[in-house]
Amino acid sequence: METIIQVQHLKKSFKNLEVLHDVHFDIKKGEVVTIIGSSGSGKSTLLRCLNLLERLDDGQILYHGQDILDRHFDVNAYRSKVGMVFQGFNLFNNLTVLENCMIGQIKVLKRNKEEAKQMALKYLEKVGMSAFVNKSSVQLSGGQKQRVAIARALCMSPEVLLFDEPTSALDPEMVGDVLTIMQKKKKEGLTMIVVTHEMAFARDVSSRVVFMDQGVIVEEGTPEQIFEHPQEERTRTFLKRYLQNNESIQ
Amino acid sequence: MSIDFARAWEIFVENIPLFTYGIQMTLLFAVVGTICGFLIGLVIGGIRAIEINEYDSPVSQLLKRFGKLITGFYIWVFRGTPMMVQAMFLYYLLKPALSWTPLVAGLFIISINTGAYMAEIIRAGIQSVDAGQSEAAKSLGMTTGQTLISVIFPQAIKNTFPSIGNQLIVNIKDSSMLNVISVTELYFQTTSVAGSNMKYIECFLVAAVIYLFLTTISTFILNYIEKRMNTVNQSKDFCS
Ligand SMILES: Nc1ncnc2c1ncn2[C@@H]1O[C@H](COP(=O)(O)OP(=O)(O)OP(=O)(O)O)[C@@H](O)[C@H]1O
Ligand SMILES: [Mg+2]
Repeated sequence: METIIQVQHLKKSFKNLEVLHDVHFDIKKGEVVTIIGSSGSGKSTLLRCLNLLERLDDGQILYHGQDILDRHFDVNAYRSKVGMVFQGFNLFNNLTVLENCMIGQIKVLKRNKEEAKQMALKYLEKVGMSAFVNKSSVQLSGGQKQRVAIARALCMSPEVLLFDEPTSALDPEMVGDVLTIMQKKKKEGLTMIVVTHEMAFARDVSSRVVFMDQGVIVEEGTPEQIFEHPQEERTRTFLKRYLQNNESIQ
Repeated sequence: MSIDFARAWEIFVENIPLFTYGIQMTLLFAVVGTICGFLIGLVIGGIRAIEINEYDSPVSQLLKRFGKLITGFYIWVFRGTPMMVQAMFLYYLLKPALSWTPLVAGLFIISINTGAYMAEIIRAGIQSVDAGQSEAAKSLGMTTGQTLISVIFPQAIKNTFPSIGNQLIVNIKDSSMLNVISVTELYFQTTSVAGSNMKYIECFLVAAVIYLFLTTISTFILNYIEKRMNTVNQSKDFCS
């Protein structure tokens, strides 16, 4: 399979705190990679580096072999190909649902209005938000917002979508809706990188699971390798603690 | 101390053309000053809100610092001195070079004065917009300019609309200070009328009532616009 993104020797600090130490990471076409790990391990920071929302301090990110930090690299074109879905949705508050899905297509992809509208309606339908196209985005519930945010990202015809805990700000009954949409996109062959605390999703949907701890990738492998036969002590501890927490809740 | 209300009414009626002209000029200064000041405020406030990042190249850091310094100086000076003094100083300073009329000078001065206040309002408005909004725009591939125009400014303006609108009210009143450069606005006209009939109390009662009328009407219009801004998205629902 063709490699889309390669991360090499990635380092990132905030002030004196080094958050990512020498991260290596590849993503191939059609893969769904989930990133798991405890809070503060650097998952969001890694994802934000991939979208260039954070500056790297060291290392390289290659997109189809091209260095995305090169001065001549078109960052905006890259971002339109590698979309992002945020934990906090970040729908544009001043725009309607439909406009949220059209603006990037018009401004960045230079599609005409009609084309952009058809595309937006198509994806809003897919995420079950057709009835809300003319609503203001501030009037929606969390789950609805996240579905629109996914539609907005899909409208850009991305090659890769990055999800940062797309369901963790949602009420439990909304989580399923969003995960189902992501599962469908996997079937359609969309490449995704998903930071999540939904272990069931990681186990059932991903083609590869990456476990991060304290700014490094400790272990990666198929869901079976990570969940059934973890090699590293830290992975086992994390999973064990995770299972215990879940049991104590139930 | 006595006010002759009947006389005041007579003075108003006798001098309607003069007062009307004064009202027109006052509104011209208030409206042009507010609109131009708003546009100046968008640019200056935008520059004020720029963040300097440690990873910016030295050149862009320098440019940003320089921009902030200049705009900070402008705001400091124009908010820290009376508009009357600004008017006298700039009018005579630039008269030889521009040979401008009091009208043009007045429009320039009220705009640049309002711009300083607007810049601070808009800077605060921009900073009140959640950082996630511009991150989302970036993640779609939008440029900084596109993000500002389509996402940040509309929200910043909406959030600060009451303060922006208040500048119109302030300008209706403060344009009277431009009388010092002989701009024939309402206050100046009232002085002329009073100078010829010596009825200062009655003349300025007329002026006060007119000013109150103008500011009240403006307040109503601004409140209406504000309400519409807040309901525009809901009303779209009913159209579809
Ligand atoms: N903008 C920032 N400034 C300073 N420190 C930051 C910033 N963003 C993140 N950090 C720090 O970097 C570390 C990693 O944060 P990150 O958000 O990547 O963790 P995470 O794995 O996504 O955690 P969570 O599961 O809680 O979302 C944390 O210690 C955090 O405090
Ligand atoms: Mg996170």
